Amino acid sequence: MNGFQSLMQEIGRTFLEKVAVFGRGFLFILSLFSAMPSALLRVDLLMKQIYVAGVLSLPIILMAGLFVGMVLSLQGYNILVEFNAEEAVGSMTALSLLRELGPVVGALLFAGRAGSALTAEIGLMRSTEQISALEMMAVDPLKFVYAPRFLAVVIALPLLVLIFNALGVFGGYLVSVSWLGVDDGAFWSQMSSQVDWHEDVVNGMIKSVAFGLLIAVVALFQGVNAIPSSEGVSNATTRTVVHSSLGILGLDFILTSIMFN
Amino acid sequence: MRKQTKVEIWVGIFVLMSLLALSYIAFQVSNFSGWKERPTYEVSALFDNIGGLKTRAPLKLSGVVIGRITAIEIDPVSFKARVHMNIDQEFNQLPVDSSVSILTSGLLGDQYVGLDPGGDEEVLEQGSEIEMTQSAMVLEELIGQFLVKFSESD
Amino acid sequence: MTEKTEILIEIKNLTFSRGSRKIFDDITLSIPKGKITAIMGPSGSGKTTLLKLIAGQLQPDSGEVYVEGLNVHQLSRKKLYQLRRKMGMLFQSGALLTDLNVFDNVAFPLREHTKLPEKVIYALVLMKLQAVGLRGAKNLMPSELSGGMSRRVALARGIALDPEMIFYDEPFVGQDPITKGVLVKLIKTLNDSLDLTSVLVSHDVDEVMQIADYICVISEGKLIAEGSKETLQHESTGYVNQFIKGLPDGPVPFHFPSVSYAEDLEASRKKGGLI
Ligand SMILES: Nc1ncnc2c1ncn2[C@@H]1O[C@H](COP(=O)(O)OP(=O)(O)OP(=O)(O)O)[C@@H](O)[C@H]1O
Ligand SMILES: [Mg+2]
Repeated sequence: MNGFQSLMQEIGRTFLEKVAVFGRGFLFILSLFSAMPSALLRVDLLMKQIYVAGVLSLPIILMAGLFVGMVLSLQGYNILVEFNAEEAVGSMTALSLLRELGPVVGALLFAGRAGSALTAEIGLMRSTEQISALEMMAVDPLKFVYAPRFLAVVIALPLLVLIFNALGVFGGYLVSVSWLGVDDGAFWSQMSSQVDWHEDVVNGMIKSVAFGLLIAVVALFQGVNAIPSSEGVSNATTRTVVHSSLGILGLDFILTSIMFN
Repeated sequence: MRKQTKVEIWVGIFVLMSLLALSYIAFQVSNFSGWKERPTYEVSALFDNIGGLKTRAPLKLSGVVIGRITAIEIDPVSFKARVHMNIDQEFNQLPVDSSVSILTSGLLGDQYVGLDPGGDEEVLEQGSEIEMTQSAMVLEELIGQFLVKFSESD
Repeated sequence: MTEKTEILIEIKNLTFSRGSRKIFDDITLSIPKGKITAIMGPSGSGKTTLLKLIAGQLQPDSGEVYVEGLNVHQLSRKKLYQLRRKMGMLFQSGALLTDLNVFDNVAFPLREHTKLPEKVIYALVLMKLQAVGLRGAKNLMPSELSGGMSRRVALARGIALDPEMIFYDEPFVGQDPITKGVLVKLIKTLNDSLDLTSVLVSHDVDEVMQIADYICVISEGKLIAEGSKETLQHESTGYVNQFIKGLPDGPVPFHFPSVSYAEDLEASRKKGGLI
């Protein structure tokens, strides 16, 4: 009886703690949105953060996009050629990229590359009292540090996903047309007859914006709430990658079931 | 300040790259430009059976896409399927006695409309109707016919 | 001492705890305007915490802090930030922005809060850096500075906006004797020439005695002595005497509160420890 009671107590406490974390997270998101206007006014800060989040993620996104597209069309070709429908390899590659793999793989890589860096940066700024120093200099960290980083992540990810997709399609073209000898015209015409601007391209972009919001919120929240020590910051960084990756996959399922049903 | 300039240049390159990617996806990969912006004229045709034809399917002349299916409806008089298609204005010399048929690309591919040009002097124009049509081949019907013939000859 | 001095910062019945530990227990003290007030106390007694409470970065459990007659912890965010523009703070760790070099760090408050042209900012920054003797280090990054140097850069940054009150958290730690002397003179000159109010947290009794007008000693969450330096110097008993003379034995405990050493050793022996 006593063991049961303490178990229930434990569950109750854990539950309440989680609720409190969600509450704090929600308030944090509200304050971020309230700081958006001032973040948009500080173009210099925004530029720098788009550079950090976007430009510095370019190499990994370029490489990954190209390889994912190449692998997709190689696999697709091997299956389609049995049905004598290898010309459909272009549309298959493009559809997989635009609808799913571009936004999802792009966001996963971005969470690992930029999200973790963001958490670590904020965590270290707190542990070295830089955030306190800003507050003392009457500079609001919300407007100066958090909001520009939030906005930059939300802007950078969709742009990176566009580049990822374009490179993926190009990689597919290289493999199927230049290497496997699929007909050039059939490759493109099949693709453009199958890929719909609104249904596929726009929906994929909406996904990437949603993933950007998710990564930005998780990374900043973990950074702000990290215990200001080496171990605390490293744990928070890990949590950013784990939470945002799982979040991306879950959110992807929800969005896909809304968009493509 | 020099650092900030470098940052701005790189962000500029980044945005430019993504715009290029966007236009590549819009114009090369998807049907964004499609046949919406270029001038087209609309013709229609009546089919007994359209099979699995869908809107946005291509209209092809000798394998070249010259237009797109815009709407499919049931004709209230004949109870046949009326298929509307937009043909690119570039191809405005098609004889009025051309015929259209619903074809399949590959064994399992999507269906499209193929156009066979006739020999008339008059050309198709906005609102014309193509008289000669050939419906989709429906696999079940083909097999059915084959079985009937098979049992008859028996 | 009946001369009427204006009070700038007033702390009333302040209580503050970290977890279950009471850092301050019902402290009341006031800091006069235009003077150098030193806050002394053993390490870990809560001097840094007190500065953060005054600046409104920490919320007290009970009690009030008034700066210029305003209750710091009741102010709206906007009003608090306005008040902070009048404050300069030298953090114990320096707390420089690590992605900016020395020059940009000192220029930072100027660029954020004024619309001065870049030329004027350049001149001002060089002046402040010259005052702390680091004009030559203006292009270094914070990671390339020694502890003492970064604290001096932080000092230059703290005075960049010519604040009305300035809080120094251990400015002399890690400085060589010459720099210490320069800093002592700098703090004194700043205070006198700009009519600043300075709050100086320090252990360095000699330096404090040279410049402080007014001294508060805190220990174990209580204010144990306050008064002009003459009064405190002549006190020959108790805490203050021990602290000012730097005697290891006396009423001020050198150790962080704990069970007795013997008990700890006993416990470690039971666990199979070395001793
Ligand atoms: N973030 C924190 N969380 C929990 N306890 C803290 C925290 N910061 C400080 N403390 C505790 O508060 C007490 C006062 O710390 P504070 O930094 O104010 O001391 P201090 O008087 O400035 O010491 P020093 O002279 O060494 O700088 C310390 O005993 C410390 O254990
Ligand atoms: Mg301290």
